[in-house]
Order: sequence, then C-alpha cells, then structure tokens
Amino acid sequence: MRSRFPARRLTRRAVLAGVTAIASLGAFPASAQESIKLGLVAAMSGQSAKSGEAIVRGLTIAADEINAKGGVLGKKIEIIVRDDESNPAKGAIAARELVQREKVAALFGGLDTPVSLAIVPFANSSKVPFMGVWAAGTPITRNGAPENYVFRVSAVDEIVDEALVAYAIKKYGAKKPGMILINNPWGESNEKGLRKALETRSIPFAGIEKFETNDVDVVPQLTRLKAAGADALFLVANVAPSAQVVKSLDRMGWDVPIVSHWGPAGGRFTELAGPSAAKVHFIQTYTFTGKLSAKGAAVLDALKKKYPEIKSLADVTPAVGIANAYDAMQLTALAIAKAGTLDGPKIRQAFYEIDSYDGLIKSYKKPFTVENHDAIGASDYIFTHFVDGEILPLTQ
Amino acid sequence: MLVTSALVSGICLGSMYGLIALGFHVTYVVSSTVNFSQGSAVMLGAVLGYVFAVRVGLPLPLAFAAALLACAAFGLLVERVLVRPFASRGSNAWLMATVAGGIVLDNAVLFTFGKEPRSFPPVLSTTPIQIFGTGVYPLQLIIPFVGLGVALGLALFLRRTRYGKSLLAVVQNADAARLMGIDVKAAIAASFAVSTALAGLAGMLIAPLFSVHSDMGTLFGLKAFAVAILGGIGSAAGVMMAGLIYGASEALITALFGSSYTHIAMFAAVIGALALMPHGLLGRAAIKKV
Repeated sequence: MRSRFPARRLTRRAVLAGVTAIASLGAFPASAQESIKLGLVAAMSGQSAKSGEAIVRGLTIAADEINAKGGVLGKKIEIIVRDDESNPAKGAIAARELVQREKVAALFGGLDTPVSLAIVPFANSSKVPFMGVWAAGTPITRNGAPENYVFRVSAVDEIVDEALVAYAIKKYGAKKPGMILINNPWGESNEKGLRKALETRSIPFAGIEKFETNDVDVVPQLTRLKAAGADALFLVANVAPSAQVVKSLDRMGWDVPIVSHWGPAGGRFTELAGPSAAKVHFIQTYTFTGKLSAKGAAVLDALKKKYPEIKSLADVTPAVGIANAYDAMQLTALAIAKAGTLDGPKIRQAFYEIDSYDGLIKSYKKPFTVENHDAIGASDYIFTHFVDGEILPLTQ
Repeated sequence: MLVTSALVSGICLGSMYGLIALGFHVTYVVSSTVNFSQGSAVMLGAVLGYVFAVRVGLPLPLAFAAALLACAAFGLLVERVLVRPFASRGSNAWLMATVAGGIVLDNAVLFTFGKEPRSFPPVLSTTPIQIFGTGVYPLQLIIPFVGLGVALGLALFLRRTRYGKSLLAVVQNADAARLMGIDVKAAIAASFAVSTALAGLAGMLIAPLFSVHSDMGTLFGLKAFAVAILGGIGSAAGVMMAGLIYGASEALITALFGSSYTHIAMFAAVIGALALMPHGLLGRAAIKKV
C-alpha cells in the first residue's frame, strides 16, 4: 500500500513544508478573520426573555462603540447569542458549542443563577473567560476553582444582603426587621445572606416568612411578621409576587418600610402593585433616570438610535441588564487588548491588569484582582423606587 | 386579628377553589370524566377578561360576558377533541389528553398574550373596608356569595329541573338515556361548557386581586381537584363546603405555623381525610345499578 503512495517519494523537507502549509492554512482563517467572536448565553425566550433582550442591547451598544474606534487588536467584535431558555442543561450545551465550534474568545452569561452555575465548571476547565452580567448567586464567581475564569459585573447576593441591612438601619432605624422571601433557591440564598448580615450587627429579626410565586394573598404571612413586631421588611421576589406583597400590605393598612432586592425592577411594578409601589425601595446597580453622566447620556442616545422602540425612559428596562452588559463588554475588550491575543489564560491574566476604566456604572479602579472577581462592590449599589412606571434613584 | 384576617382571606380563596372544583363536579356527574385543564380555563377567563376590557376597551360587564362565552367554547373544544375520542372508546387517555391540552393553552397564551404579568383593572378592590380589625376589599366579600349562589343554583338545576335530571340520567346509563330521547352527546358537551365557564368565572373574580399571566391557573387547578375529591366529587354542596374548609385551613395554617408548612400540611391532610372518608365529605359510594 505504502509503496504505491506518491508521498513516499517526497523528501522529508517537502513533507515538512507541506505539513506547515496545511497547518498554516488551518490557522490562516483565525489570524485573518475580520472579527473577534464573543458568546452570550442568556434567556432569550420564556418568562425572562426581557432580561436577555436588555443584555443583548447593552453588549451591542458597547461593541458598536468599540468597533467604531477600530475594534480590538485591529478586529471587529462580533457577538454570537444563544438562548438558554433559563434551563441549566441547555445553557451548558450552548456554552460548549460556542467555545468548541464558534471558538469564542470569551462568554457572557444571563439572568439565571442556576444556568451560570452550570457553565462555571466548563469555563474553568476549558480556560475561556466567562463574564457574568446579571445572575447574582454568590458562588458563581466564588467557585473555589484553583484557576478561576469567571468574572462578573453585577450584584452579588451576599453583598446585596449586606447593603439591604445597612440601608434599613440607616434610613429607617430598623431594630427588628422581618423577611418576606420567595420560596425558591434565590429566596433561600438571600435568607442566608440576610441572616449573616443581621448577625454581624447583632440585630434580631422578627421572623422569616416564605411565599409562593402564585400566592394571591400574603396577608397571613405579613400578619405574623406584624404580630412579631417587625419594624421594616426585607423583600426578595420577582416583580409579580412582589406586587402581591405590596397589595396585601395595602389591604392590611400596614405602612411598614420595605427594603427590597432588585426583583421589582424586572417589569411593570407600578401597574401591578398600584400607587403603593413607590414605597418599595429596591437595590439597583444603575438607572438611566435622574442626572446622567456624559457616558450615561451617550449610551442612552445610542440606545435610542439603535432601537427605535425605545421612546421614553420607561422603555429602557431593565436598566441594570443594559448597564452591566455595557460595562462588562468594555472591560472584556480592555482585557483582550491588554492580552494582545485571544488565548484564554492570557486574557484572564489581563483582567487583573486593568488599572482603570471610566465606565457607565462607575469609574473602575483595579476592578478585578486574584481574590476578587466581582467588579461591583457594596458601595456601588444605589437604592431606587418606582414613580409612575419610572425607576428613580433615592438619596441614601 | 391573626385568626380573623386569615379566615376572611381563606374563605375568599376557598370559595374560588370551590367554584373551580364545581367544574370538576359538573362533568363528573354527567359523564364520569373530568377536565384536567380546569386551571388553564381559570387563566383563560382572566386573560380574556383583561384583553376584552383593557385592550379592546369593552365595558366591564360586556368583557366579562364575552370572556365567559369564550371559556364555554373552550370547554366544548376540550370535550370534542380531548375527551370524546378517548372516552367513547372506553379509554382513559382523556386524563393525559386534558392535562396536555392545558399545557398547550398555557404556552399559546404565553406567546400571544405576552410574557409580562399584567394588572386587571380594579373592581371593588381599591379601598379596603375594616371588618374585625382587618382590611377586606368588597370584592372579597362578594366572591363567597357568588360561589355559594352558583353551587346552590347548580344543585337546584340538576335536582329540580327536567333538563337537569336528564343530565344525571346520562351518567347512570347512557344507552337507556338515549332511548328515553335524551341527547347524550349534547348533554356531555354542555356539562364541559358549564365546567370551563365556572373556572373562567373564578379566574375573572380573582384577577383584580392578583395579576394576569399565562401560568396563573396551574396551582388553582391542582388545589381545586383536591377540593373536589375531598368534598365528594358527586355532591355540589360537598365540593363547595370542601373549598371553604380548604381555603380557611390553608390560611389558618399559614397564619399560625408559618407558610413553609402550608403545602405539606394541606396535602397531607387531604390524604388523611380521604383515608378516613374515602368518598369525601358528602360523597356517596357509587352504586352500580344494573
């Protein structure tokens, strides 16, 4: 067989040359490609589809801005979006496909903590940076991997709970707050965080009450908290169940301060909860309302230009998704530029080397260190409330 | 105050469960089948009520009537497509078919109505009135009366009217009923239409107190089935009574022991109650008349 093969007559040098040529042919498209591919795995359909849309918008506006200035490493950024349907298994498969087939240089994540947690081990083992822009679950970035490839520009439950407790004490002088939490892993994770934050201040809590997503009436739970002497409430739930809590409070005629995680921001809270919606003070990383920085105004302008369906500020929702994604894209581009290559480990190292970046949410100084993969800290949260369908910042 | 407020909340929700459970009762007494997409019919009532009242801009009573008619039409469709083809062959596949039908409807609504929960216009639910030191919306007081009224009306209709009696005859012996000149097919179809209309009515009554979205009915449907079984599915009075007891106990358990235990305690109690009273509160053992 071999004797009949013409290659037999080729010299070793020729074979070597051929192999090199083929190898470089294979490598050629990569080095000459016009774009740097970055992947997004987020919920683009189902109940959380609005979050995916916001993330895409934030990433796109940032990428357009970078591309207009010549891109990164002389190439344009291209965003490849995959729908995880809020399903961890689908998210993990999508991440694998993006890395192995599309050869993305980095991944962005979506709203759902369980999906992000499913992608974390894969990102770490395949050495591709994974940037969280929404899911707040503490263990996403604090995952215990010796070489951690997961970074985040978003809230972190544990730090949020710390901030919620600090706010309740400072603003309302809370001495015995109660908790009203959605009965799911998100509520659970915040129960832990809130307990811890209260314990470190040796403040007792009036009670911990859970409720279901489809509970019509939360009066029994709230009546228990009231009877136990709660002087403020911590609320953790998405927009519709949060509205049921507010309506139940209204009916009871119990005017108690409510300090909430960012659930209400995800939808039409004023419509669902009625005028008392404004009483709920909830945490955000960013809002486009109020006096905007030059950067804020520019991003808002770009959003309106790119997406004509954005007419008023009430359409720029959820703002946190857009803003987190925008800054995350800018920081990732900075890291890639600093690394000078699309090699995962080098990009990871470059994240640590970013000195400063004047972003939308804040001015980042050394946003990432080996110990801290979360660019947003306790002092960066703002408290807001809904007034007539718009999220307005509150002074602390 | 803890107990009274829980009781008021519980009785209101309980009469809603009762209304939905009456839907299970109606089809069961006429055809020995039930429609497991009742929860979705609750949702359909609320969603269509919202669409007709807010998006189309019809006056509320008209929107209510239109939504009820649409729910009844959904019931006819369920019977024709999901129940009759199987039940007529003596198969029990209608069980799964109606569950599947509900899931299809939920998802169709998710894509057409939208993903965001919306708010139903307030109806008698803006200013609470104080009763025994607890705030209650007028609507919450009306719901139990509507529930009891419908249960009573239904019981009277079935027992006292000619047409009602002919419906009950169908389940006893369909062939004999047919020979007596009763239109069996129409009777069964009518029972499904009434059943989904009842669920739709419950959905519209609860909507102003809740929010309208595609998966709002699932848990209601499940609880209502537990209520129907608990009350004795063959007895309208028993079903309504079980609804009130279920709603009140649910609220009391939450108020006294905390919400973490509500579902465990309630569904365990349902199992326990059925072990003691296999035919439900007012149900009777089926006697096969030959």
